[in-house]
Amino acid sequence: MGLDIRLPIGLMFTLVGVLLVGYGLFSPQEIYDVHSLGINVNLIWGGVLVMFGALMLFSALRGRAAGQPK
Amino acid sequence: MQAITLGWLDYSILAIYVAFVVGIGFALKRYMKTSSDFLTSGRSIPTWVTGLAFISANLGALELVGMAASGAKYGIATSHFYWVGAIPAMVFLAVFMMPFYYGSKARSVPEYLKMRFDERVRTLNSVAFAVMTVFASGISMNALAKLLNQLLGWNYHLALWICSGVVLVYVLKGGLTSAIYTEVLQFFMIVLGFAPVVYLGLRDAGGWTAVNNVLHGVAQNPATLHLKEAGTTYAANAWTSAWQPLLAGPANNPMGVDLFAMVFGLGFVLSFGYWCTNFLVVQRAMAAKNMTAARNTPLVAAVPKMLFPALVIVPGMIAVALTAMPAKSYRIPPPILSAEVYAQATAVVKANAQAEPQTGVQAVHDALGKKVDTAKVIALLKDQAAQPLADAQIKDRLYGAIAEYDYDGVILSLVKKYCPTGLLGLALTALLASFMSGMAGNVTAFNTVWTYDLYQAYLAPHKSDDHYMWMGKFITVVGILLSIACAYFASMYNNAMDIIQLVFGFVNAPLFATFLLGMFWARCTGTGAFLGLFGGIGTSALFHSMTIAAGNAPGVKGGYLSVVRAFPSEMAQNFWLASFAFIACFTLTVVISLATRRTKTDDELTGLVYSLTPKVVDASQAWYQRPAVLGTILLIGCVVLNYLFW
Repeated sequence: MGLDIRLPIGLMFTLVGVLLVGYGLFSPQEIYDVHSLGINVNLIWGGVLVMFGALMLFSALRGRAAGQPK
Repeated sequence: MQAITLGWLDYSILAIYVAFVVGIGFALKRYMKTSSDFLTSGRSIPTWVTGLAFISANLGALELVGMAASGAKYGIATSHFYWVGAIPAMVFLAVFMMPFYYGSKARSVPEYLKMRFDERVRTLNSVAFAVMTVFASGISMNALAKLLNQLLGWNYHLALWICSGVVLVYVLKGGLTSAIYTEVLQFFMIVLGFAPVVYLGLRDAGGWTAVNNVLHGVAQNPATLHLKEAGTTYAANAWTSAWQPLLAGPANNPMGVDLFAMVFGLGFVLSFGYWCTNFLVVQRAMAAKNMTAARNTPLVAAVPKMLFPALVIVPGMIAVALTAMPAKSYRIPPPILSAEVYAQATAVVKANAQAEPQTGVQAVHDALGKKVDTAKVIALLKDQAAQPLADAQIKDRLYGAIAEYDYDGVILSLVKKYCPTGLLGLALTALLASFMSGMAGNVTAFNTVWTYDLYQAYLAPHKSDDHYMWMGKFITVVGILLSIACAYFASMYNNAMDIIQLVFGFVNAPLFATFLLGMFWARCTGTGAFLGLFGGIGTSALFHSMTIAAGNAPGVKGGYLSVVRAFPSEMAQNFWLASFAFIACFTLTVVISLATRRTKTDDELTGLVYSLTPKVVDASQAWYQRPAVLGTILLIGCVVLNYLFW
């Protein structure tokens, strides 16, 4: 099928990751003290999601450049 | 439990997810030209995609919610569902069975049965399967809508219809391909959404060693946490070792299961029956682009499956450990009670503050309708008598004093505890994704079986492909509507659902015997398979009517004819039931086959039976693409894991 699933997966996780990182930068520390043992999980995990998303996008684009959709 | 409040960010993440799955459906719409594109993906999908979809279709509500519940109830022994059950079965499917499913060009598992045996066996299997998928997706949608209702305060009906609506849109637009592609996305969503929750829980509890140490204490006296009846005691490793408590016998492990039932009943009969014959999962492998890809699909799936216990069982164990640590102010949630019940119980606390402790405890117990922790209620009454407490405080302490557990709430209670806004949206989306992938999986399997195995076979043979394409889409809508109807049914009659699941248990237990004999014994006849299957189902029902699990009254849970044998737990009863059904089906099929004439010649069975089919030659493939090599590596991995958690 003509759609490379890595593309939407990459886009979605990059987008969600960027949102989390952005929120993590500006949110009050208090919510992390209450919930996540003082760790700013939004910032850290958002970063992980961005990396994962970028990896997916990268491999999708490379596949496309190599002329092999999928 | 108070409702969770979602922030704008949480809703945004949810909305992005929905937009992407629906978008995938629309993007695939233009490729849906024939009924085969829509219902079987035109056999065009790469291995890693079918592999992850294979695992994701199974990763429904049962997996996340249910396995965490089992992790809390039984500890690491729950991993037997993975390292004894699933992985060996998936390897067997890949190495031995996939060549027949894929090579026969059957479009569904029931169609394979028709080619191998006859129309009767196919019909029996496809009708049972179609009904089962609709009910399975209905039951899980009911659970989802209930959760959203209780935790987020969403309207039950709205939640049910919107979630089903999203699934309908993307399945209707992109068919099986759409379901498979979104399942891959959902797979990553689920893993990435829950991993941080597990990490935070583990860190909070002090790490894996600390969890183990706490569970050692719990195992020696599970009654302090009200996990078992007072007086029950296990060896310290009952929650933390997978095999030693099992070898010590059913009285010495919280599952109440013996070694034979575990290894033969679960590991062989039930697991192989599910993973090797259930069209829901097998369909994903059948959509692969070639034979190698099809055979490698379950093997690709087996890798994450092998590691899932860390994601789904460990949270349950963490929950027990945290409950045992008073400083953490966490408890496994009690059964969900309405605000009215709490209000009533709060009034009772106020009225009985000065009463005799015994009377007070009894009154609170009656008001809540649940078992209560006597010491905690007495302390609450005493504090109330000393100085009147605020209503919210009383409610919190009542919540803490209920001595019963809603184990299915473990995952969500951890999400609620450890997720600030943002991560919360991600984790809830992951939960939603698991329900949706389960529903989409069921619906796509249902529409294929209906269109090809029932509609085309009986109601309207020899129509144009356009007609079957139209029917495939139409029945997708019908399937979702039926699922919604089943969800409402499930929400009204809890007991009826028990009965339905029981009947499915009867139907499924013997199934693997039929496939095993069909694929590996050319002499097996259609009549033998058909009657053997009926015999197996009858044996299940009879076995169930004459046995019972400890703590259950005769009735829906068994023993309604007479109680010949009582098992220590329902799980043991189920595993033994499956063992008996399998043996009965196997024996009957062999005997009747020998007594009846073969109706299919060797030529007709080529490609369908092991001894009459040329072996798939894969010597030209690189070693890492050969199923036998990969399967061996996976099995070694399984042995290592079993050894580590011995």
